[in-house]
Amino acid sequence: MTHAFSFPSAKRVSLSGTGALAALLLATLCLPTHAAHANAAEDGTPGSTPVERGQYLTRASDCEVCHTAPGGMPYAGGRAFKLPGMGVVYSTNITADKQHGVGTWSDEEFVAAVKQGVSPGGKHLYPAMPYPAYSRLSDQDVRDIRAYLATLPTSASAAPENKLRFPFSIRSLMIFWNIVNGPASAYPDDTTKSDQWNRGRWLVEGAGHCADCHSPRTLTFGLSTSKAFGGNMLNGWRIYNISSDRKTGIGGWTDAELAQYLSTGHADGHGTASGDMADVIGHSLRYLTPADIQAMVTYLRSTKPVSTPQDAVTFRNVASGDASLPQNSRGARLYASACAGCHLPDGTGRQSSFASIAGGRSLGADNGRNLIQVLVNGSGLQTATGVQIMPHFTGGGLSNRDLADIAAFVMTHFTTAQPHDLEKQVEQIKKDQD
Amino acid sequence: MSTHSPSSTTRLKTSRRRVLQAGGALLLATLWPTARGRAAQASQAGTGVLVEDVATPFAPNAFIRIAADNTITLILPNIEMGQGIYTSSVMLMAEELGIDPFAVQIEAAPPGGGAEITGGSTSIMTEWLPLRQAGAAARTMLVQAAASHWGVAPESCTTANGAVVHTPTGRTVPFGDVAEAAAKLPVPKEPKLKDAANYTLIGRKHHRLDSQIKVDGTARFGMDVQVPGMKIGTVAACPVQGGTVRSMNRNAALAINGVHAVLVTDNKDTVCVVAEHYWAARKSLKALHIQWDFGKNAAITTQTIYDDLHAGLNGPAIVANAKADAPGVIGKSGTTYTATYQQPLLAHSPMEPINCTAHVRPDGCDVWAGTQVAERARDTAAEITDLPASKITVHSQYIGGGFGRRLEHEYVTQCVQFAKQVPYPLKIIWSREEDITKDRYRPAYVDKLTAALDDKGYITALQHRIVGPAVVARWDPPELTKDGYDEDLSLATVVTPYTYPAYRLEFARREAPGITTAWWRGVGGTRGLFVVEGFIDELAARAGADPVAYRRAMVQNNPRALAVLERVAADAGWGTPVPKGRARGVALQFAFGSYMASIAEIEMPSPDEVIIHRVTAAVDCGQVINPDQVIAQIEGGLIFGFSAALYNEITLENGRVQQQNFNTWRVMRMNEAPRRIDVVVMPSKEDPGGIGEVGTAAAAPLLANAMAAAQGRRYRSLPLLSARNTEGKE
Amino acid sequence: MPTLMINGQPHSVDVDADTPLLWVLRDILGLNAAKFGCGIAQCGACTVYVDGKAVRACNLPVGLVGERAITTPEGLDMADPIVRAIKSAWVELDVVQCGYCQPGQVMAAVALLRTTPNPTDEQIDSAMSGNMCRCGTYMRIRAAIHHAAGELA
Repeated sequence: MTHAFSFPSAKRVSLSGTGALAALLLATLCLPTHAAHANAAEDGTPGSTPVERGQYLTRASDCEVCHTAPGGMPYAGGRAFKLPGMGVVYSTNITADKQHGVGTWSDEEFVAAVKQGVSPGGKHLYPAMPYPAYSRLSDQDVRDIRAYLATLPTSASAAPENKLRFPFSIRSLMIFWNIVNGPASAYPDDTTKSDQWNRGRWLVEGAGHCADCHSPRTLTFGLSTSKAFGGNMLNGWRIYNISSDRKTGIGGWTDAELAQYLSTGHADGHGTASGDMADVIGHSLRYLTPADIQAMVTYLRSTKPVSTPQDAVTFRNVASGDASLPQNSRGARLYASACAGCHLPDGTGRQSSFASIAGGRSLGADNGRNLIQVLVNGSGLQTATGVQIMPHFTGGGLSNRDLADIAAFVMTHFTTAQPHDLEKQVEQIKKDQD
Repeated sequence: MSTHSPSSTTRLKTSRRRVLQAGGALLLATLWPTARGRAAQASQAGTGVLVEDVATPFAPNAFIRIAADNTITLILPNIEMGQGIYTSSVMLMAEELGIDPFAVQIEAAPPGGGAEITGGSTSIMTEWLPLRQAGAAARTMLVQAAASHWGVAPESCTTANGAVVHTPTGRTVPFGDVAEAAAKLPVPKEPKLKDAANYTLIGRKHHRLDSQIKVDGTARFGMDVQVPGMKIGTVAACPVQGGTVRSMNRNAALAINGVHAVLVTDNKDTVCVVAEHYWAARKSLKALHIQWDFGKNAAITTQTIYDDLHAGLNGPAIVANAKADAPGVIGKSGTTYTATYQQPLLAHSPMEPINCTAHVRPDGCDVWAGTQVAERARDTAAEITDLPASKITVHSQYIGGGFGRRLEHEYVTQCVQFAKQVPYPLKIIWSREEDITKDRYRPAYVDKLTAALDDKGYITALQHRIVGPAVVARWDPPELTKDGYDEDLSLATVVTPYTYPAYRLEFARREAPGITTAWWRGVGGTRGLFVVEGFIDELAARAGADPVAYRRAMVQNNPRALAVLERVAADAGWGTPVPKGRARGVALQFAFGSYMASIAEIEMPSPDEVIIHRVTAAVDCGQVINPDQVIAQIEGGLIFGFSAALYNEITLENGRVQQQNFNTWRVMRMNEAPRRIDVVVMPSKEDPGGIGEVGTAAAAPLLANAMAAAQGRRYRSLPLLSARNTEGKE
Repeated sequence: MPTLMINGQPHSVDVDADTPLLWVLRDILGLNAAKFGCGIAQCGACTVYVDGKAVRACNLPVGLVGERAITTPEGLDMADPIVRAIKSAWVELDVVQCGYCQPGQVMAAVALLRTTPNPTDEQIDSAMSGNMCRCGTYMRIRAAIHHAAGELA
């Protein structure tokens, strides 16, 4: 298996507009590329040795999530990414194994792969590996990442072969894509902005590659700049609007709430991260320094507001106390038996705040899409006190209708949302799983 | 399966035969095992707390110990797992002995010292006579000793509250004071039993002896065993049965705080991590990242199993029971009716996950476990340790739910295999995921019934084929008949309240690959009743008859069946208008030596939602020991059965069980349980029948028949809410 | 690791912060009344109180407990009229069967009566449906809670 493909921090990424992508790739000829150069915003990276810096950068860049198969050895690759209409690709083994990993690569080859999306032998990576964002990293940053990876246990297992349909199987197509959509480059600090803002921009736009999930894609599968951070759909999940819009983005959150969310996965009054965001928090953001978290908050505050009405949720005041759940509908009864043990009748979380769903957008947004995703797929958030598990409720005694009823109860109990066709949504999400 | 003593097998076998003989008068020979070697001191214990090895001067038989300080210890042959048997067993002895059941301390009989296999609803049937005889023998001896001391006639003495009373003078002497003298007297071979008219305990409601300790949380279950120096392990067996460990990351596992060892069974199918506490062991087990070679069962799916069962409806079968020429009658009949039923694999999932503690030493081995088969637990430990059975001590604990799961002892085998590898006592706790995915499952079955009908729609001949495993072939091989039949399958099929002019039961054996099948609450009764009572209900509907009236006509010559049916119909208001939106269903049964008729009143707001408003039952289980506990068993048994009937089906994909924990193995909750269950216990002088499985057996057919009434469609496949019932598939 | 306050007594334990409280109680301190049933807060057998609130100990990392007061079933005070009424009702109505889930049921029921002295069936269902019982003692649990509430009235 040769080095082939990596992805942003999504379990399975759906690439949309792929036909248009192919057409444009072939039609586009020549546009200027950017040159990389040093960036003062990188100075915030802690660590006194290359390995220490490398560990921090590896985490800030969230390499582990995509380069680890479910339940597999970290960084050994093998995580499957289903691309509707294109096929299946697998993340690669980036341990230092000489045969199956990157053990024999030169530093220059490694830097080229991470920043330019070109692996040894001139193989072009597919752009789900966020090399356009990673191009904001300095060469030294990437060498440090490599130095850190080299200290980890190696895996002598190869990731499975990609199964891509023509013409997507032609790697050189990516040359054209790169001309349109990247890779970008390290950009100079904006001297009109604070160091904190510049550091935040580097973390959000560069290492953290937040836009890879949180910005909608253009027709050529590039990241939209006009609607940057306005949210997206990825593999059946609603990726929420994190622009500074007050109603539908994160403009209404306090700095403290944003910082709490980014560093722990939970913010009081906003619920707890689930799905892919839980992975991002658990393997990446929770390791960032408080200063870096503040920098991200500062930068995110400065983004252009983008309004996405489907993310708007109006919450109700809910009674508290174990005896307070109505028992007059199937959804309410199921909530009392299967959900309240962790979430409490008022959603504030029984065992810990990680179980708090109160104020979470998922309770009402987008006709319950993410709520149902969590019911169907479950979620796990790595925290300083272990993995906080939300079990899935698929494959046993709960029918699609049962799950839809739970979702309907949650949506109408906690928010003013008016759910519709939830059972169909459950069916669809289960179907997408297979 | 490892060896076990023939005596315990014989006892269960005999019990089952009694059931099959419709509760006939076959009585067991009362063989009292010799008293076992006793340890030095009696434990101090509150009511219900299990003590061990009580040494006393007076030990007239295996079941009764009386010390000089008047401490009375009763040794109980069947294990308590919720069914209330400790209370009933004590009541039987206390009735004859003349003591307050709350004033005794209790001990679980050791293997070889009177322990019975606890299962098949047989406990009361097997204990009814011997325990009363044990009490009567002890009473006779104590009275004799006191009478001699006083110089009065034994006939002038009685017993009460743990003392002998000289009736004419009112003098009393505590049992303890005459215990030593009584011990020197011969044990009467046929002690005189109390006349039923004089019972003060039997037949009256008595509080459970284990209530307080279970409410306080001081009752000790296997899970709660603590032994000095003990360490705690948790296990992972290969997710596909028959697979073995290929590789694992031992170093990562041993790096977890508090972890001591990573152990593997000789055949490499199971890994155990040993640690200071369960959580460290569990974390370590995950860190092992075990890679398995899955072996030959890796392709099995549930459909493989169902397809094989349906295929068994055609082709050869054993004729298990025949009366007249049923095929001939059916062949010539102008009117026949056929239906096929399907039932799934089921897990037991008792609240207490599987666990066992063992300490293996060069000179002996102790096993602490909740087990329905203490003798088998002892024998498997002996086999694995190469120690004689006499060097194995099994300490029976309270069982946090049996339901048949603890009729298996493979977890004892597993625990001793691992404990043998370490010098300290080892408690093994299965995660709930392990408990569900490595259960031994109630088998899946397919049944086909064809009836020839007369012009009023009643059966003139019935032919019934069962396709499925013979559980007894593995569990107790000598019990498989020479033809290859498992007599458990006769429950609720051959043994019913009904008689047919012509009958034929066929059995096509199909063992499910890739899993192990086992007993489950209600055994053949639960299995058979769903099929037969569903079929009878279909025939009633076909005949345009009222379901109660149709059954009434069929049991005219069976007064006990008729009586429970009439009683439940009256109590449930059968025949009165059903409240709007609701429907009623009925089931009638004879199993485990007991009769029951039950009626459910349900509501189905939509085709996939069932609300159970009320269940009414009339039960005749012969002579009742503790009527309130009979009611409790019916209530709980029904709910246990409803839970499975509505929700449960174990499925396999790639040889793995897919249900893992209570998120995917749904259990009925309080807000889904019936709003009301009314049970009437019929007065009866017949020998006691079993009761622990009666309610569970009724649950599925009762609901299926009520749902059929509500929806005008038959429910022939379990679980009842499965799409198979609405897609028209069978 | 802060010192845990359990049933009014301080306990110092040396375990990883992710260890669920249940295993500290059971395997380290020998407090066995709270039971292990599922490990995912689906069954309620492990119910204890943290600052008086009923929580599932199997799913509460000990690192999140801090110095809050923990009450296990062993710590229920019989001098408390609600505790006494619930336990007496359980015995009077012979609620228990196998008994494994019952300490958790009792904890949940006591917590219910503290906030809702005279609960309706619906309120009992709301509060108790997270506590599973395989023996099916639900009918008697419901009745016993009503009985206890009546005794306290």
